[in-house]
Amino acid sequence: MEVGGIIAYLVSLVIMASIYGVFCLGLNIQWGYTGLFNIGIAGFFCIGAYTSAMITTSMPTGVLAQYVHQLFGLNMPFIFGLIGAAISCGLVAFLIGVPTLRLSEDYLAIATLGIAETFRLIFNNERWLANGPQGLMGLPQPLHSLVSGQKYDYIYLVIVLVVMVIIYFLIEKGIRSPWGRVLRAIREDELAASASGKDVFRFKMQSLIFGSMVMGVGGALYAHYTKAISPDVFTPLYGTFIIWVMLMAGGSGNNKGALLGAYVIWFIWIGSDFLMDMLPAAIQDKGPYLRFLIVGILLEIILIYRPQGILGEEKKVSKLYK
Amino acid sequence: MAELIVYGIVLGSVISLGAIGITLVYGIVRMANFAHGEFMTAGAYIALLVVGVILPWLGVPDTTFGPLSFGWRMLIAFPVSMAAVAFMGIFFDRLLYKKLRLKNSNAVILAMSSLGVSFIIRMIILIITGPDYRFYRPGVMRPAIMLPLDIKIRPDQIFIVALVVVLVVLLHLFLQRTKMGKAMRATADNTELALVSGIDTEAIVMWTWGIGGGLAAAAGMLYGIDVQLHPGMGWNFLIPLFAAAILGGIGNMYGALVGGLVIGIAEQLSTAVLLPTYKLAVAFIIMILILFIKPEGIFGGSEK
Repeated sequence: MEVGGIIAYLVSLVIMASIYGVFCLGLNIQWGYTGLFNIGIAGFFCIGAYTSAMITTSMPTGVLAQYVHQLFGLNMPFIFGLIGAAISCGLVAFLIGVPTLRLSEDYLAIATLGIAETFRLIFNNERWLANGPQGLMGLPQPLHSLVSGQKYDYIYLVIVLVVMVIIYFLIEKGIRSPWGRVLRAIREDELAASASGKDVFRFKMQSLIFGSMVMGVGGALYAHYTKAISPDVFTPLYGTFIIWVMLMAGGSGNNKGALLGAYVIWFIWIGSDFLMDMLPAAIQDKGPYLRFLIVGILLEIILIYRPQGILGEEKKVSKLYK
Repeated sequence: MAELIVYGIVLGSVISLGAIGITLVYGIVRMANFAHGEFMTAGAYIALLVVGVILPWLGVPDTTFGPLSFGWRMLIAFPVSMAAVAFMGIFFDRLLYKKLRLKNSNAVILAMSSLGVSFIIRMIILIITGPDYRFYRPGVMRPAIMLPLDIKIRPDQIFIVALVVVLVVLLHLFLQRTKMGKAMRATADNTELALVSGIDTEAIVMWTWGIGGGLAAAAGMLYGIDVQLHPGMGWNFLIPLFAAAILGGIGNMYGALVGGLVIGIAEQLSTAVLLPTYKLAVAFIIMILILFIKPEGIFGGSEK
């Protein structure tokens, strides 16, 4: 591969890692700072991607309308796709939060898992909604008219990084505020937080919604990068499990750790793909399973030997005492 | 309608077996075991290994019992697979969960560890067998017999319900009559009190994993006999299993039994109006409704 090819490859790698970074930031609000156990990230991934896709595409017309069905197509700019994705995910998070956030943590886990599986089923079976198993294709990309073909990736890289950095600073600001302190107080000791007069349910709900909105943005970024989405993308493996491993590896409760974990694990993930090419031809088709097996073992090792991740939690002190 | 209810009881009895394991582990080990579905898958595939590879090699004849679709091979595979998955449950507890418990890890970390285990088991099965659907005995379906009310039922399905009844009665006797069973119930009711009464909680944790794993294996095999085997079969049971356990009150074995039947019947009845693939969503909606109305379950659970 010549240099240009390698650079283009690296750019695509960094784009995907940064999109996963956005998911990790969202999960970090929920798990890292509040202790909410969401194992249905794939659901928010899916809802965010589909919402943005339907907001930015136009309704199929003519012959195409016979083959492609979708509930709506608003043909609006990319930024409205991101906003819509965030809003729809926030709404779903609210609906899950109402019955589960007053109960012990595991209930939220089961409910989010159920939402993820249910939405995947709905998008797969209801053709009128978003074209069933074929999914939606030809999603528009922002600023595509500026450059052509392969070079477009550079522009999208900048867009993804800008969104990621904005989200990063938003979360940092929130976490350093009194609001963030309450979240961490809830994570450490729910009873003590509620004894201090904090409405634990409300704060947990805000954290769940905020985190899920960030995940929705991540889903939208993914959809417009790949330009095609279908329900089988949003599986528990690619949509949930790997994001958990990223956050746990990088360090939950630390936004820099969340991003670091996303990059490290995504690079290992892609690197292991090359290793799989070296497997004997007879067992080549086992490659993907072998990679997930290794990621699963990695998670168990992290949980037992380094639960704080690479970076560990960052001490957050108010500016006054610095 | 009557037929769907009967099919619901068949499916529900399989769900019940799994849900009892979930609820025992939750009540006694105090963790949500997200690998429980994969225990079912593992049980089904270990039986496939015994039925399809080991016993033919040993020369056990491939007979069938009267109208049933299986014979001695499956009957031998049952206890073998149940024991194997029982030990698998204990193995993962020693290897991972016990270490986390000793470090005083949060219950959520334990649940996450089990989520990791679920993917590990599924990937191992996928590596060995590949993603295809499999059957214990490929070929013709056994003819169904007609019951009153126009209910068609296969003899296999009657066997499934009968075996679940036997296993549940055995578990009931174990929990009510034996010292270990009583100690398990005491631990589920109040761990601290059980500890100060001199109950060896680590031994009880082992028994719980053993029983939960064995029952899950049985559930997996029965589903394999009734429908088919697939590496993702157990994962698809996870939501119905938790729905059943929550419905019956988490920690309550008898509640899980009833919860499983309710979920199974509801899932089958839904196929009258919805696509069969939505069964899982039906279980999920019931669970959400229960969390809204009565989160402690219809029979109440053991106190957290």
